[in-house]
Amino acid sequence: MTEPLAAPQPALRAHRPEISAAKARRWGAFYYAEQVLRVMKGYSWSIVMYSVGQPVAYLFAMGVGLATLVDSGNAAFGGVSYLAFIAPALLVSAAVMTAANEFTFPVMDGFKWRRIYYGPHASPLTPQQIAAGQIMAVTLRLLLQSAIYFAAVALFGASPSGWGWAGILVATLTGLAFGLPLMAYSASITEDKGQFALVMRFIVMPLFLFSGTFFPLENLPPAVRWVGWISPIWHGTELGRVLSFGYHEAPLLTILHIAVLGGLAALGWLLTRRRFALRMGQ
Amino acid sequence: MHNEAILPSGTMTAHRPPGVVISAANLTKTYGDVAAVDGITFSVPAGESFGLLGPNGAGKSTTMKMIGGVTRRTSGNLSIMGLDPDTHGPEVRAHLGVVPQQDNLDEELRVRDNLLVYGRYFGLPMSYLKPKADELLEFAQLTDKAKSKVDALSGGMKRRLTIARSLINEPRILLLDEPTTGLDPQARHILWDRLFRLKEQGVTLILTTHYMDEAEQLCDRLIVVDKGRIMAEGSPAQLIREHSTREVVELRFGSERNAAIASRLEGIGDRLEVLPDRVLMYAHDGESALEQVSARGLRPLTSLVRRSSLEDVFLRLTGRSLVD
Ligand SMILES: Nc1ncnc2c1ncn2[C@@H]1O[C@H](COP(=O)(O)OP(=O)(O)O)[C@@H](O)[C@H]1O
Ligand SMILES: [Mg+2]
Repeated sequence: MTEPLAAPQPALRAHRPEISAAKARRWGAFYYAEQVLRVMKGYSWSIVMYSVGQPVAYLFAMGVGLATLVDSGNAAFGGVSYLAFIAPALLVSAAVMTAANEFTFPVMDGFKWRRIYYGPHASPLTPQQIAAGQIMAVTLRLLLQSAIYFAAVALFGASPSGWGWAGILVATLTGLAFGLPLMAYSASITEDKGQFALVMRFIVMPLFLFSGTFFPLENLPPAVRWVGWISPIWHGTELGRVLSFGYHEAPLLTILHIAVLGGLAALGWLLTRRRFALRMGQ
Repeated sequence: MHNEAILPSGTMTAHRPPGVVISAANLTKTYGDVAAVDGITFSVPAGESFGLLGPNGAGKSTTMKMIGGVTRRTSGNLSIMGLDPDTHGPEVRAHLGVVPQQDNLDEELRVRDNLLVYGRYFGLPMSYLKPKADELLEFAQLTDKAKSKVDALSGGMKRRLTIARSLINEPRILLLDEPTTGLDPQARHILWDRLFRLKEQGVTLILTTHYMDEAEQLCDRLIVVDKGRIMAEGSPAQLIREHSTREVVELRFGSERNAAIASRLEGIGDRLEVLPDRVLMYAHDGESALEQVSARGLRPLTSLVRRSSLEDVFLRLTGRSLVD
């Protein structure tokens, strides 16, 4: 076979605008997700290091260090090792921390700092699709990170039940339950006055500490127990424990965890869509 | 290859006079009490270079954002390719290429990736985008920067990349909001040259500027806007003919003396305009007007005879200069 030399270049032609619009209406959110993932790929190395390093450090410190001081097999810990008790909590908390980062600074960057959203905004994409695309990309990141975390947990032998892997989904859902309302808030900020640092310090950290993470919520004085009840981290952690080692709780409570997490995520998504559409249509 | 139907036919392009790609009637946008755009009416036929000339705050960007389907109008009618951007945002935006006043390139991506990513928003396949991106980089004279990070580019290069990006979907209508503001003269000329080529290819250009030379260079027809309203409309030559004289004599007598001497210039030329730093004398024949000035025994520090420009038109219409 001989290739014809210097074959005439076929004229490049974009498809018609009608086709662009129809495709964007249908797949726009995915197109934007693709872009966010492409940017994430630029720092994928640090994402992977963070995703691997964090669980290994925590599990080692908690499981090997702290666990020797804590009475393992204590009934309060559901009859499992202390490490198995806190592993679902660490998994969920890590997802929430990542979500807290991914749904704050990048949103400010989109609307204000570098105005990244306004490029795609002039394309056939809608503001709602831009929001959805970012959410989808972060969801993927949460799934990946949680899967790595879970693998580390399993290696440390801290996931006794065969259902532990479902904690990956629980952690991701919890990340969204916390992150999406936060995203709606981020999208409403017009002046950066260090709000995100306050969110980390006065919301994320207290929730991390007082959501039944390191000890059962019942050990807290009743006056602060409500922190756990309203905390997505608590709902996610308890759900994770049920899956990971058959933690004993009323079935109705398990359903409530799912409902709270799903409800918060859905509400956050709706509010975010509204905010994006309002702010970009001005 | 560029003379295929400029106006795609089809169900979505009904209800507009033949040839008109953009029409606005009483277009208005208010922010609180401020009327950023205050009832403007115009239409643009396919292939025309249409300009909005006006000072800062005139409402140019707001108008462009409404045409671009990214800002909702407060009232009035607007149609792009027969489509209402309020109800057919994605369809309208699919027809357009947009160069916003502020660059919003993705600084975290490399130069070429910026084009690829943007093309994906139009659902264009990579098999089209990769060669197209290379072609556009060539067009924007950025081929050797393809792999650079965006933040390593100069202002002029960023602007050219933004223009390249706006062309990724081969739009037949290009919106350019102050395409050369902030660029040095050489960078501006490179850009003008690129825009000329697009014009030759039949692309409809809508551009805003507060540079009269840019408007004169690039626009077939323009509207002069101030405070959200249209002050005049026509080709640059028409506007100059209607609102100014053929020539202008610029006289400088020194900042203190301009106003005082102006009274002694009465009667020469058609009209005088006294600015803080100079006196503008409008006349059909500048040289002979200048001779009359000398004949009255007046010795300006400097004098210059030039053709009337859109700057003079604007001054006439609003009593202010374009660039402050
Ligand atoms: N998002 C906004 N909110 C409030 N006022 C605005 C907004 N955008 C523009 N304006 C006001 O509208 C007027 C016109 O602005 P703009 O369209 O940017 O003018 P130009 O582009 O001609 O300089 C200005 O007075 C400006 O302050
Ligand atoms: Mg402007």
